[in-house]
Amino acid sequence: MSALVDEPLVERPPSDTKLPRITPHETAEILAELRTPKTLWCPGCSNGIVTRALIDAVLSLELDPARTCVVAGIGCAGRITTYLKWSTVHTAHGRALAVATGAKAADPGMNVIVIMGDGDCIAIGGNHLIHAARRNIDVTALVFNNSIYGMTGGQMSPTTFEGDRSTTSVYGNIEQAFDMCELARAAGATFVARGTPYSYTRLAQLIAGGIAHKGFSFVEAMVSCPTYYGRQNSIPKASDMMRRQYDRSVPVEKFDREGPRLHDLYPVGVLHHVERSEYTTAYAKVVARLQEQGAGS
Amino acid sequence: MPEPRRLIQGNEAVAEGAIAAGARFFGGYPITPSTEIAEVLARRMPQVGGHFIQMEDEIASIAAVIGASLAGVKSLTATSGPGFSLMQESIGYASMAQVPCVIVDVMRGGPSTGLPTEPSQGDVMQARWGTHGEHSIIALVPSSVMECFTLTVEAFNLAEAYRTPVIVLSDATIGHMREAVALPTPDELRIAPRGEPDVPPDEYDEVMSTVDNILPRPALGSRYAVHVTGLVYDRARGGVPATGTPSVAEGLGRYLREKIYHHRDAITRVEEIEMEDAEVAILAYGSVARSARAAMKWARRQGVKVGLVRPITLWPFPTVAIDHMAEQVRTIIVPEMNLKQMSWEVMAAVRGRAKVVDHGRVDGKLIRPEEIQALIKREFHYHRWEETA
Repeated sequence: MSALVDEPLVERPPSDTKLPRITPHETAEILAELRTPKTLWCPGCSNGIVTRALIDAVLSLELDPARTCVVAGIGCAGRITTYLKWSTVHTAHGRALAVATGAKAADPGMNVIVIMGDGDCIAIGGNHLIHAARRNIDVTALVFNNSIYGMTGGQMSPTTFEGDRSTTSVYGNIEQAFDMCELARAAGATFVARGTPYSYTRLAQLIAGGIAHKGFSFVEAMVSCPTYYGRQNSIPKASDMMRRQYDRSVPVEKFDREGPRLHDLYPVGVLHHVERSEYTTAYAKVVARLQEQGAGS
Repeated sequence: MPEPRRLIQGNEAVAEGAIAAGARFFGGYPITPSTEIAEVLARRMPQVGGHFIQMEDEIASIAAVIGASLAGVKSLTATSGPGFSLMQESIGYASMAQVPCVIVDVMRGGPSTGLPTEPSQGDVMQARWGTHGEHSIIALVPSSVMECFTLTVEAFNLAEAYRTPVIVLSDATIGHMREAVALPTPDELRIAPRGEPDVPPDEYDEVMSTVDNILPRPALGSRYAVHVTGLVYDRARGGVPATGTPSVAEGLGRYLREKIYHHRDAITRVEEIEMEDAEVAILAYGSVARSARAAMKWARRQGVKVGLVRPITLWPFPTVAIDHMAEQVRTIIVPEMNLKQMSWEVMAAVRGRAKVVDHGRVDGKLIRPEEIQALIKREFHYHRWEETA
């Protein structure tokens, strides 16, 4: 083990993870964190619920809003940057994690939260996801996974379930859906969780857990898009799509990862939690060591 | 006390120039012939408390540079042709979102993988128009190791002053060439600080920046809770997207152009040598300007009146200097390591007042003085000459 990586890898059973307590905030308190309550999200879209869960998490953790920065990409989810009152960056499509890496490296004391849609995160931005996870840089990636490209009008995404329809999988999707939590975990993320807007408080807790975690944390929020996903797949009612989130999610403790995986079911909760050397901390040690040795400019 | 003379490479001089300019973040990806800039900064950045990071590709590199600059730290990346192509989308983002940053492109033969180890000037138009959409850009072309240093410093000063990406267009010859230089000491340099707007956060708005008074970009994670976007935004309303208002889009588009073009005279620099009485001028930039200078000196030894005009700033294009030259000389010879990219631009500025003779090559070989001399001979009816060495 190198001198820089002096923290041993600690793997914990996910059930051992103590998630922060969420104090539910009044609507007025939530609104105070927004530039505007008006969004371009469709009626029935659950992006607003995740946004509220994020604000609840940030307020419960008592983060300094002036030192909290949200970086997002392009797509329905990326529009959150216009609504939140904190420092926000609406980057080019797929580049949120790379921009966030630069911002965090330049100012390691800043809380950096990255919001991405599924297309943003693992289609166009997939390379940045695996490398941010590998570096274990201390940013929190919160993915709004609606399994479709909503902003462009309902095309299939890498997380569209097999067999489901979209404007670009007209006869049913023949490709396997990506399990992005598995991808993040395999690439080296040290905190991986999945939640649903259906289980609101749990979702807010998972987001807070991700933010509180020192290292690269990845939280997938399964959101519903009745406008484009529902309509094309015979579940046009927003409430039915919410119900489907509940029906398909299985608490991770009950989910048999080894056994035959049932179609479309996914585990929720803290899926993976380990401690290992964080990127900006390791970098600061290099700088400190050089300064001790007196290597000046 | 000046620094002692050192034999260093153009790429090393760029790296040292960046440090001297106050850059404290480099994000990059290895690519020939720019790699030494990353290698030097991998060693130097941690020494000065700055950050070096090798990103997963060039798309990530420029994105990280934008993130670091938004967080308040002067930032740069360095690349070559294929990587420069990959960076174009985010260079447009930096232009739209007004993010100061420096992109060093050490030009090599292209298109595509092309001639990785050979020089070229094939990216001069990509530097101007590589990203989509109407935008303005600043690009500087060093033609010596010393200029690799000084123009990198200047690139940062311009980026800060105009809140814009600035491109340094080096090439494989300039980047890999070694010259003995005494680098300027910190007290010999003018360094533009990043600073904060002198307006309290609750009163600050983007629209307070005018063409004549561009305020510094407030940092992320500061008391200025800024919103940064690549969408068309309303400068008068916290920079929030305003894609449905044509007048806002028009106003922003024109502001982004004017904040640079209005200052064109202050930005553009041209070196003129032996132009006072010149009948024929050579217009050359970057490494080719060195051969052009040798050819010009040779011509003067032959007793013919040839001068050299060397754009140091390629973008905005030094139209005023070209205008002046077009009134004076009968012929302008434009040698460049591409096929007519800048000579078209020269022709547009000359507007038929002088003959423009282009000379290009794309074989990865530097244009030699003899090639330019041959063109000079033709302009002065060489068959009547008694040639001296």
